Amino acid sequence: MHGAGSTFDGTAHHGAGAPQGSPMDGTALHPGEVTGELVALDAPLSFWGGTDRHTGRIIDEHHPQRGVDLAGRVVAMRAGRGSSSSASVLAEAIRAGTAPAALLIAEPDAIIVLGALVAAELYGRRLPVVLLDELSYAALPRHGVAEIEAGDERAVVRIREAHR
Amino acid sequence: MVTLTDEERAMLGGEHGDAPALAMRIVTGLARVLGAQRLIPVAAAHVDGCLYHGPAGLDFAERLVELGGKVTVPTTLNVGSLDLMHPGLVRGDDELRANGRRLMDAYTALGATPTWTCAPYQAGHRPAAGEHIAWAESNAIVFANSVLGARTGRYGDFLDICAAITARAPYAGLHRDEDRRGEIVFDLTALPPVVLGDELLCPVLGHLIGKRVGTRVPVITGLPGSTDEDGLKALGAAAASAGGVALFHAVGLTPEAPTLEAALGGGRPGETVRVTPDMLDTAHDELSTAPGDRLDAVSLGTPHASLSECARLAQLLAAGPPLHGDVAVYLSTSRAVLAEAERLGYAATCRDAGVRIVTDTCTYVTPVLAPGTRVVMTNSAKWAYYAPANIGVDTILAGLDDCVASAREGRAVRARRWVDV
Repeated sequence: MHGAGSTFDGTAHHGAGAPQGSPMDGTALHPGEVTGELVALDAPLSFWGGTDRHTGRIIDEHHPQRGVDLAGRVVAMRAGRGSSSSASVLAEAIRAGTAPAALLIAEPDAIIVLGALVAAELYGRRLPVVLLDELSYAALPRHGVAEIEAGDERAVVRIREAHR
Repeated sequence: MVTLTDEERAMLGGEHGDAPALAMRIVTGLARVLGAQRLIPVAAAHVDGCLYHGPAGLDFAERLVELGGKVTVPTTLNVGSLDLMHPGLVRGDDELRANGRRLMDAYTALGATPTWTCAPYQAGHRPAAGEHIAWAESNAIVFANSVLGARTGRYGDFLDICAAITARAPYAGLHRDEDRRGEIVFDLTALPPVVLGDELLCPVLGHLIGKRVGTRVPVITGLPGSTDEDGLKALGAAAASAGGVALFHAVGLTPEAPTLEAALGGGRPGETVRVTPDMLDTAHDELSTAPGDRLDAVSLGTPHASLSECARLAQLLAAGPPLHGDVAVYLSTSRAVLAEAERLGYAATCRDAGVRIVTDTCTYVTPVLAPGTRVVMTNSAKWAYYAPANIGVDTILAGLDDCVASAREGRAVRARRWVDV
């Protein structure tokens, strides 16, 4: 188990870039280990009606990031929104390979977790879902590469700068 | 930490078979996310998973069938992607038609009753007050909790059928007394009688409430005592579309709200909103996206029309001139209500006037409206909320009499604004 404090854990600062973020502790709502490009959403998203299951893009006309591709990326959104049919749409996106690689959320979301649970049962594919506390969520950078290690209970999220 | 009974543990361990074990993994997985400490037996289930959203939903239902799954409590089915009574009505591509049908067949094979309606409460399935159930579909959930006083969480795809197989749901949220207390009050006492007597009050108020409360439990004071079940249905459906409302209390009308104090569970409201005609007009405008008077179709019956709504439509149609040939009128209802409407002659009156009756599905979730349909009038705030994004039409929200008048004239007849009355 990871300790409660993650601020003074001696994480080294690498190279000449900006300081690396310390690892963040979170609650694992669904397990899995992935690394992917971080995309932070400015508004909650309903997978049903909000994403195209064939491409992974945001299609909700009212969403500020309409057109952004979520497939294979680590998606941070404060909360899920809308229809319970989103569980089916997310499970389908996981099957089709158009789902995010992982989800970071700040409010527990049963619908998202159901989609992840069912896809794991049916296809053995894992989409880790991590619940961060408000402080950690607010400290997430806008961009970077996110490494997720989510176990049965706890999760660790590390963000490093994207190499361009 | 979820504590299971011996029987639940046996189910999880596969002693009742592979399907109950899979279903129990999903139910306990969800219980963990919801912070439930135990499960609760449920007496009935309503399943929304029978609407096709892609192969994964079909794979899940067919996996349960393959594993020998059967529901163990009375289970009703929400709308599917096809109208099985009126083949050819739903267009759709080959995938939707083939897989939509397979999905409906899989849920029937699991032992659920093929009711194919979002309003099982109009088809004789009415859980008792205080009864724990696992219902899916947002309008059915809010109706069961608010109007019937039964207890269900906001369940949806996957959890619904797993609860039906295990007869269990996570003991969390609206299953518990403390989560059913009103948190925000909407006071209608300042509204003039003409607004309070308008049939559009319920759907428009529902939309206003949904936008304002998120997932808090609203309490309404001042809703007329004459408000019927159709009005409460429209209010709840609208609030559950624009917001996450799964329970509302209407003082003097719903079972857990004999008084304002009872509805608040002895607590104090976090906020009180005094509803004005201006606020209602704004909410109404949000649901009417079409600018002019062009009209291509009228869609009625979302949620599915009750027998009294069918009767009222038949009465309006019988009393006046014929419908304009250029406006298609659709009425969605359940098989159960249609059978009664046939017996009483309402269905024949509607059909003779040119109304197309839709069962088993709904006009905003599957391709029914003719290609080229751009502007649709509806008396449903829920339909008006979802249709623009779902099927790409503009909407006009109006009362049933204005819907019929518009269908006769071939152009949109709009109601006056409430702020001016």
